[in-house]
Amino acid sequence: MRPADYPAPFSAREFMAEPTDPPDERIEVGILIVGAGPAGLACAIRLGQLVQESPELAERLGDVPVAVLEKGKQPGSHIVSGAVVNPRGLRRLFRGQKQIADMPFYGEVEAESVYFLRAKTALRIPTPPTMKNHGNYVASLSQLVRWLGEQAEEAGATILPETSAERLLVQDGRVLGVRTGDKGRGRNGQPLPNFEPGSDILARVTILCEGTQGHLTGIALDTFGLEGESPQVWALGVKEVWKVERPLRRVVHTMGWPLRAGAKYREFGGSFIYPMGEDMLTLGMVVGLDYRDAELSVHDLLQELKTNPLVRRMLEGGERVGWGAKTIPEGGFVALPRRLHAPGLLLCGDGAGMVNVPALKGIHYAIESGRLAAEAAVDALRPGRTPWAPGALGTYDEAVRQSFIWSDLKAVRNMRQAFGRGFYLGGMLAGAMTASRGAFPPGNMRTERDAEQPILRSGRSRRYPAPDGKLIFDKLSSVYLSGNRTRDDAPNHLRVQTRVPEELAVLWDRMCPAQVYEASNGNVEVTPSNCVQCGAITAKGGRLTPPEGGAGPEYTLT
Amino acid sequence: MKIAVCVKEVPDAAVHKRIDPETKRLDRSGEGALNHFDTQAVEEALRLKEAQGEGEVVLVSFGPASALDSLRKALAMGADRAVLVSDESGAGSDLVATSRALGAALQREEADIVLFGQQGSDSDGAVLWAAVAERLRVPVISQVAELEVGEGKLKGKRQTEFGYDVIEAPLPAVVAVSDAINEPRYPSLKGIMGAKKKPQETMSLADLGVDEGSVGEAGSRTTVLALADPPPRGDSQKIEDDGSAAEQIVEFLAGKKLL
Amino acid sequence: MIAVFVEHHEGQLQRGSLGVLSKAVTLGEEVAAVLLGPGTKELAREAGRFGAQKVFVAEAPELEAPLPQPRVDALAQLVGEQDIDTVLFGASVLASDVAAGLAARLDAGLNWDLVEIEASDGQLVGKRPALEDSVYVDVGWTSEPRLALFRPGTFDPAESGGEAQVEELTPTFEEFSTAATMVEQAHEESSGPSIEDADVIVAGGRGLGGPENFSLVEGLAKALGGAVAATRAVVDAGWYPYASQVGQTGKTVSPKLYIACGISGAIQHKVGMQGSGNVVAINKDPNAPIFEFCDLGVVGDLHEIVPKLTELVQQRRAG
Repeated sequence: MRPADYPAPFSAREFMAEPTDPPDERIEVGILIVGAGPAGLACAIRLGQLVQESPELAERLGDVPVAVLEKGKQPGSHIVSGAVVNPRGLRRLFRGQKQIADMPFYGEVEAESVYFLRAKTALRIPTPPTMKNHGNYVASLSQLVRWLGEQAEEAGATILPETSAERLLVQDGRVLGVRTGDKGRGRNGQPLPNFEPGSDILARVTILCEGTQGHLTGIALDTFGLEGESPQVWALGVKEVWKVERPLRRVVHTMGWPLRAGAKYREFGGSFIYPMGEDMLTLGMVVGLDYRDAELSVHDLLQELKTNPLVRRMLEGGERVGWGAKTIPEGGFVALPRRLHAPGLLLCGDGAGMVNVPALKGIHYAIESGRLAAEAAVDALRPGRTPWAPGALGTYDEAVRQSFIWSDLKAVRNMRQAFGRGFYLGGMLAGAMTASRGAFPPGNMRTERDAEQPILRSGRSRRYPAPDGKLIFDKLSSVYLSGNRTRDDAPNHLRVQTRVPEELAVLWDRMCPAQVYEASNGNVEVTPSNCVQCGAITAKGGRLTPPEGGAGPEYTLT
Repeated sequence: MKIAVCVKEVPDAAVHKRIDPETKRLDRSGEGALNHFDTQAVEEALRLKEAQGEGEVVLVSFGPASALDSLRKALAMGADRAVLVSDESGAGSDLVATSRALGAALQREEADIVLFGQQGSDSDGAVLWAAVAERLRVPVISQVAELEVGEGKLKGKRQTEFGYDVIEAPLPAVVAVSDAINEPRYPSLKGIMGAKKKPQETMSLADLGVDEGSVGEAGSRTTVLALADPPPRGDSQKIEDDGSAAEQIVEFLAGKKLL
Repeated sequence: MIAVFVEHHEGQLQRGSLGVLSKAVTLGEEVAAVLLGPGTKELAREAGRFGAQKVFVAEAPELEAPLPQPRVDALAQLVGEQDIDTVLFGASVLASDVAAGLAARLDAGLNWDLVEIEASDGQLVGKRPALEDSVYVDVGWTSEPRLALFRPGTFDPAESGGEAQVEELTPTFEEFSTAATMVEQAHEESSGPSIEDADVIVAGGRGLGGPENFSLVEGLAKALGGAVAATRAVVDAGWYPYASQVGQTGKTVSPKLYIACGISGAIQHKVGMQGSGNVVAINKDPNAPIFEFCDLGVVGDLHEIVPKLTELVQQRRAG
């Protein structure tokens, strides 16, 4: 039995529309960016630079040249990452106007170690070449994005927080903009006294920078037939931020325990532990969602990880001050959309799957893709051109193919899939790929949909440590720490079938880091207000749609 | 009719509010947001203006310069203008000092009605309105769950421990609304986009003729001495029911004089 | 001299302010009670029993309705005429407005939401909770008079004194202080105590098993004269209305007694009631987190314990 046997009650058509607001109520902007993350804000910043250089572009774009929609409370509220950032994208974006020293980083990577763990031991192993982080910087991406948001506003962008982009406005085969989500509906969808309907926002070019599981990105891939040669797959990352007594002076990655190496489990992933200055660190567990055991809980694997003496020592005397969870696209090169544009539309960043899995890097690709999208959009708006003419935005695809995004992803294109064959075999294949810079094996290995993995049960949950409120925490405490205060009577934004076999209910119950799903008597009980919008459910048979703008976590340190 | 709404930015670190161990005051260095109760006061002001068919809603706030960002949400809801009293010497102001600064700004506005929200969610607010009414020398009604404005006067339904009172006062007056008064509207997108263009003034204390020494720590008459953990819960007992749990609970309650 | 603002309602002195009066007596100075409004001359003697050495009363018509601003006038005048260095209030809708108005009138320091006060070396130090009762702050005053507002119900009244010397005041009132008028007074709301005001709350969670079992919770609440509260989970499931929800996305309460029936104690609920004076938890799961922060934890079946408890309480109250 597989999650894909119980598909979500969802259809892309529901999230496509033509504009319906009367002309005087529509909002018109020059260029519309969906998502105030690294890709979206890099795009906005680059557009700001271009508008500054060209007064006639400014005029052509109108009163609101650049608008960025953000469904979180503010830029950064829904951002979770490790993160060790390759500064390449930022340097190219700011062209000397801002230095790395101006940005809120926690310092350059001083040293790094990789460990192979067992429950009680940690064996240092040589750092695989794909993971070397020399010259990179540690950041809280949420914090960095907040800073980028300030830069974008200074560059003239209008950021609209607490605004979800719910539908893609399409007419005559071209994208006209988006329709924002309603606010003030009750649990059953009924309008409440302060009901505020969404608005049609029209733009010459719409750039989707929604990040992992991008909602409209998914709609666009479906509508315009843009899906890549292989289906996208995801991993779930769950992390914590800790105040600690002794600074950690190196970047640490671990493999092995608590994941199981056997091929039947398909547990691919590992953990990261990054220093954040003198008195904080962040640690997280990342596991591919192609795992099969219904009782696997990445949230609880992270708790288990902390019982290893190496990790426990780092946290001694400390205090948990942050928590977050989010999926990461892992399909890489073979899962990239076959085209990154459609009439009036561009796709950037994690939403398009631009992540280098072995190196655990995606931020600098997001930033670079945002920058390139800005240039392509402006190019398509030159006098005499229209952005919805066929191929008008094709310059974006060309630019991406010429960029380091393409060459990097191509070199590591088969690595993730190799680990589908188990840890040891996968490791050997990965080594061969690295040594040959991707030439071996030739061709592209396919990915398999996460939801198509059969489910097995193993009693794994018996080994999760009991919460003690000091080192080990339960899911509800974690949700609380994410800052999630979503109102309880909000409509349910999660599409899942609720009468499903027990194993599937248990799978979702354990999978969700926010305890949204509870298996109970042949049913799945859903508590949508817990949801931190990580996207895991979309990988495993359900579908996350954007809730009311402003709902969800309020991350600050993740 | 001019309605002034006193609003306050509070730190919006949704979970991790902390007291700065050095200043022993609430750490306000995180992102700011509009106090939820204040949005209810803004909503009430907007409703009054809409009921009258005309008028102006002015936001008045006392805080650091960055507080303007939070005021924008209230402007996005529909308020017309914002006035921020911002001065470095204002940091650490207590009730008396704050009411002095706000009072000066409100005096300048000469509003018919001054509205406050129920309480500051950052453990600082709670009784500012009565102090401000004193500065302005006008009547004050608090805990108002329903408000009606007529010719030159208003009527408020005040909720108390004993039920509700109906109190009338001539304008100008100060009213503090309770959290039962309304459900604030969501700002429309047009409202959000238009907020930046609305007039926003920042004034210093000197602009208002307020002596710097009369605000901030210097002008405050209270002081924070130390921080401590809350007293431990005392001995906590845990028992298993052997049939007599109900009796044991009664004994416990009686012992604590709770029966 | 310490002055205590003592409230009265329908001919009875209020417990909250009597508690503050009893506390004031322990601070080592002369204590005066201040009673303002109709019928206060008759209530003065009772204030003496709770420790006031002097009682100031005023029955002026401007003080007839329980409005704050005329009381500011009266107190300000009193402070100006007598040797009063401290004025204490037990918080209430009325008292809070009076205290704040008085602070502005006298340019005096006001510390509020206090749960304790101590005299040491001629200084007064107050204690107040902050950040949802997770931290305690010591606060002081830099000048006199010192004004303090105490959290409702912080102190219990204790009879300690005897006869008090009664003095009647004839305050003069500002025009603006008497501009507000009472049109209707003290209409009872239809329901029982709201959960924000209740001294006792009995709360139900998922452990109840079903909405029909809320009758157990209601029975116990009624027997104790308290209010009923519910967790987010059961409100979500439709077992009880949202107005009764206690927790992060519901109400925050701090009653003297909180009895949690079938509640696991997730942090989202805890932050709404952790300021409660005493917490009794009944849950059949011995590992429920609520047992970490209650004063009396009972591991057992609430369906058996609660009805028995209700009966015992009823008997005790009757007898």
